[in-house]
Amino acid sequence: MLHATLKSLLSRKVRLVLSGLAVVLGVMFVSGSFVLTDTMGRSFDQLFASVYTEVDVEVHAAAVTGDLGATSTLPADRLTQVRATPGVASALGVVQVNGARIVGANGKVVPAVTGTPRYGRNWTGTSDLVLLRQGHGPAAGDEIAINAALAQAAGVKVGDRVGVLTRVPKKTFTLVGIFGYSGGRDSLAGTQEIAFTEPVAQQLMLGGPGRYSHIDVRAVPGVSAEVLRDRLNGVVGPGYEAKTGKQMEAAESASARKDLNFVNNVFLGFAGVALFVGVFLILNTFSIIVAQRTRELALMRAIGGSRRQMIGSVLAEAVVIGLIASALGLAAGVGVGTLLAYIFGNTGGSELALAGVSVPPSAVIAAFGVGILVTLTAALLPALRAARIPPMAALQEVATPDRPLTRVTAAGGFITALGTATLGLGLSGRAHSNTLWLILAGILIGFIGFALLTPLIARPVVSGLGRVLSWSVPGKLGRRNAARNPRRTAITAAALMVGVALVTGVNVVLASTIHSLHKQGDTMVKADLIIAGDPGDGLPPTFDPAVLTAAKQIPGVRDISGEYLDFARVGGKDTALTAPTDLVATARMFPMRPVDGTIRALSADELVVDNKLAKEYGLHAGSTVLIQLSHGRPHAMTVVGVFQATEVSRGWYLSPASVRDFELRQPVGAYLRLADGANLAAIRTQVDKLLADSPEVSVGDRSAFIAQQTAILDRIVSMIQILLALAILVAVLGIINTLALSVLERTRELGLLRAIGLGRGQTMHMITVEAVVISVFGALLGVAVGTGLGASVVRALKSQGIGELALPWQQMATYVALAALVGVVAAILPAIRAARTNVLAAIAYE
Amino acid sequence: MTASSTAIGGRVAARAVGVSKAYGSGETRVLALDQVSVAFTAGRFTAIMGPSGSGKSTLMHCLAGLDAVSAGDVYIGDTRVTGLGDRALTGLRRDQVGFIFQQFNLLPTLSARENILLPLSIAKRKPDAEWFDTVIETVGLRERLRHRPPQLSGGQQQRVACARALVARPEVIFADEPTGNLDSRSGAEVLGFLRRSVRDYGQTIVMVTHDPNAASYADRVVFLADGHIVDELSDPTADAVLDTMKRLDGRHPAIDMAEAVG
Repeated sequence: MLHATLKSLLSRKVRLVLSGLAVVLGVMFVSGSFVLTDTMGRSFDQLFASVYTEVDVEVHAAAVTGDLGATSTLPADRLTQVRATPGVASALGVVQVNGARIVGANGKVVPAVTGTPRYGRNWTGTSDLVLLRQGHGPAAGDEIAINAALAQAAGVKVGDRVGVLTRVPKKTFTLVGIFGYSGGRDSLAGTQEIAFTEPVAQQLMLGGPGRYSHIDVRAVPGVSAEVLRDRLNGVVGPGYEAKTGKQMEAAESASARKDLNFVNNVFLGFAGVALFVGVFLILNTFSIIVAQRTRELALMRAIGGSRRQMIGSVLAEAVVIGLIASALGLAAGVGVGTLLAYIFGNTGGSELALAGVSVPPSAVIAAFGVGILVTLTAALLPALRAARIPPMAALQEVATPDRPLTRVTAAGGFITALGTATLGLGLSGRAHSNTLWLILAGILIGFIGFALLTPLIARPVVSGLGRVLSWSVPGKLGRRNAARNPRRTAITAAALMVGVALVTGVNVVLASTIHSLHKQGDTMVKADLIIAGDPGDGLPPTFDPAVLTAAKQIPGVRDISGEYLDFARVGGKDTALTAPTDLVATARMFPMRPVDGTIRALSADELVVDNKLAKEYGLHAGSTVLIQLSHGRPHAMTVVGVFQATEVSRGWYLSPASVRDFELRQPVGAYLRLADGANLAAIRTQVDKLLADSPEVSVGDRSAFIAQQTAILDRIVSMIQILLALAILVAVLGIINTLALSVLERTRELGLLRAIGLGRGQTMHMITVEAVVISVFGALLGVAVGTGLGASVVRALKSQGIGELALPWQQMATYVALAALVGVVAAILPAIRAARTNVLAAIAYE
Repeated sequence: MTASSTAIGGRVAARAVGVSKAYGSGETRVLALDQVSVAFTAGRFTAIMGPSGSGKSTLMHCLAGLDAVSAGDVYIGDTRVTGLGDRALTGLRRDQVGFIFQQFNLLPTLSARENILLPLSIAKRKPDAEWFDTVIETVGLRERLRHRPPQLSGGQQQRVACARALVARPEVIFADEPTGNLDSRSGAEVLGFLRRSVRDYGQTIVMVTHDPNAASYADRVVFLADGHIVDELSDPTADAVLDTMKRLDGRHPAIDMAEAVG
């Protein structure tokens, strides 16, 4: 039996290669992500091992709150204490705080390499790790040294005067030294470092003298790091802690690996799409193969083969394909993973020395597990169908009557309903921690349901669609061919539908978001000018608070309110909160309707909050809540007012007095309202001048502000297009596959058509129309399903301020046009094959 | 002209001049046609007969431009078919040749009417409504025009195929065992149409068959054996054809005759 299976497998190589390719792609992404994360992870291990080579124990302030990102500070007297502790050979007070940004030669702030900090630190001299390349370390207050990669990115050289933004507004320094790291590295995986003299570093980064971020301790020979750590933990007292260099290394590496998870998930998402679409492809191929082999299988049954053996024979084929595809996918994945690790390690200023590439066992297991499982799953239905072929079929004329679509449609309806319900439950937000999974499962199940419903609508839609293309006889024949096997057409089109639906869905949500923001901006926001920066990643951009005072003096400015931002812990939850400089002005520009208490200027330890949060935390006017800001002790704050939450005004508003305990003591944004008849352009120019030393932010009107805030969404859109490209690639394979099989099945018809005078060009035209009809059908389905999906997400996001459904017509039209193009491309090979049909061979009998 | 005496007195619609056709090469070389010369007069119904392996189908394929000849020349009307490229051959098939096959070879996606008009549609020619009506009337398909092939009986399907060949009024129609898949009654009907289209409308038809009864509908029968034309009859009867076959094939008459009679 196995022998027969392999024989039949070999006789259909091309077909199986095509359907296997989808699995190869999926497995490639799976194993590629494993190889990538493994390689990057080990590279990070190496990096942090080199960073902590000279540190036996590190002493720092214990984190007060969870994950607030607050800078830990310890006073200088702890350094004295540590130095006096027996077993300590040397102790170095280090200032190292994220948020030192250099203004490059082009006047712009050098952006952070994705995910890496921009440290401002004290110059602690050269070491085994830090090596001077040029000049010397900073010795005077206005001198700095920076790492070589940063100097290159900023386009500055020793002797230049350069502006630096820190936790205080821009100051200008002389660049006196450029340093690098052991191993000839220009940066530590892209991290930017600006070294000041110690007092300056303390002032700029920690807000005052006599403070350090942490203390690096070396033990005297004979004292182990662990012993010294325990001893130091006894010395430094509560609120501070000592950890060994090894512990720090492990923690930092673990956190870097955690960041990789994002990349990993993106890849697994791609793999999921490729494999999901691949299931359709394989299912289709096996269905057609089983249909073509009906007589052969019936004969086997007639001569004594059992149902089990029939199923086994089909599944054995699936396993062989799965094995081969997985092996190929694994090989491709190792290649792709390595290549990407190289790219990630060497682009955008990130400079990570790569650890050697190895293939982790997890990659191999995942590759073969996923590949074989997916293929088997897809082959299961056709296998069961093969088992149902009666022995009689061997004796009868091969008749493939149109099986009624009732059952498949009923199943499709049920599964679609199930998917919709799951999605609905997920979007309702009632499922809490399972929300994402419910949404994903809902989408997945929904897709399967839609795919099952597709055959029902395939014939009418394809006929209607084809009419547009059938101005000629070949076109008409192609359209008829596309409609003749609704199941096959449907599954082929469904493969394309999945990709297009996903992308359309995301686009609908994003377009609606942007549209809603614009609408809210126009109707609800009364601010005329807005100062803000690109949120980007890392710390939010800030500007000089003096700008607020100066701007207030500009004639024609009626109101101005700056906003400070902090991440705090309120009632056990980490949350962002705002401190406006002028709450009353803010309330005028972002209308706040009090529902309890009053909205008025706040004094220290007073706050206002929106009614939803108030309800969540059980607060009302007059009650108090304990808030732990980034620094200082927890404050018991009194609620003076509760306002109606709207799309534009919600959250916690604290008094300006709270800012002293914020991590960032510079405003992140400001809103201006002008007097009636004031010249907006002129005032804007004046404010722009005030911002000359704050290159991270700019002033603009509402629409400019919204465009700035939504820029990140555009980036998401372009990332999503990659997903589309992948899904389309797999779908193209599916269309080629279906067409190739159809051409094969219709050899006799093609021969006849050629015999009665259909030219080669006309034959190709006919096949192309069939392909285009199928692909456009798939794209239309995708656009329709994606719109539905997007619309339901938008509905669910109504409470998040996205109330307006906007359809990205342009993108939708592009996808359909793209699908038509895809059809033409997919038709090329089958069409050539059809045109080459040997007339005589095709019409000759048996 | 060396072809055949019966060609004298009529325009020649198709002819083969010294046509040879060999398959394979070297040791395995098989000569299917050996210097065959034959002409088919316009407006006549000719049957090509011969036992299995005699080369009759090969001759027809070569005449119709479906297969390339190894030596010799083939003409359809005044056009020399030998050496034409695919484009010209396609045009020739489209405009000057009609086919009727044993397996009816209709397109299952098209209705009977669309199948009949397909050659004209492909050629972008407008059907002559009067002629179309005449053809439909002749084959008796008026009530079935909207049906699709799977909804028609075998005889009806073959009648659609006949109509398809007739409607374009080609120079010559080649019919390859047109009754091979039909019961005797349907077969007789189809052969009747073919004869009528020759007698009444002047169509030229060349039919390959191994059925003496089918051959008896023709005006002339050409006998082929081992790649040579060995005999011919004019205005044959089934018995005359059978006699000739018996006489010609002394080597294994039992098999072929049993087949032919059965």
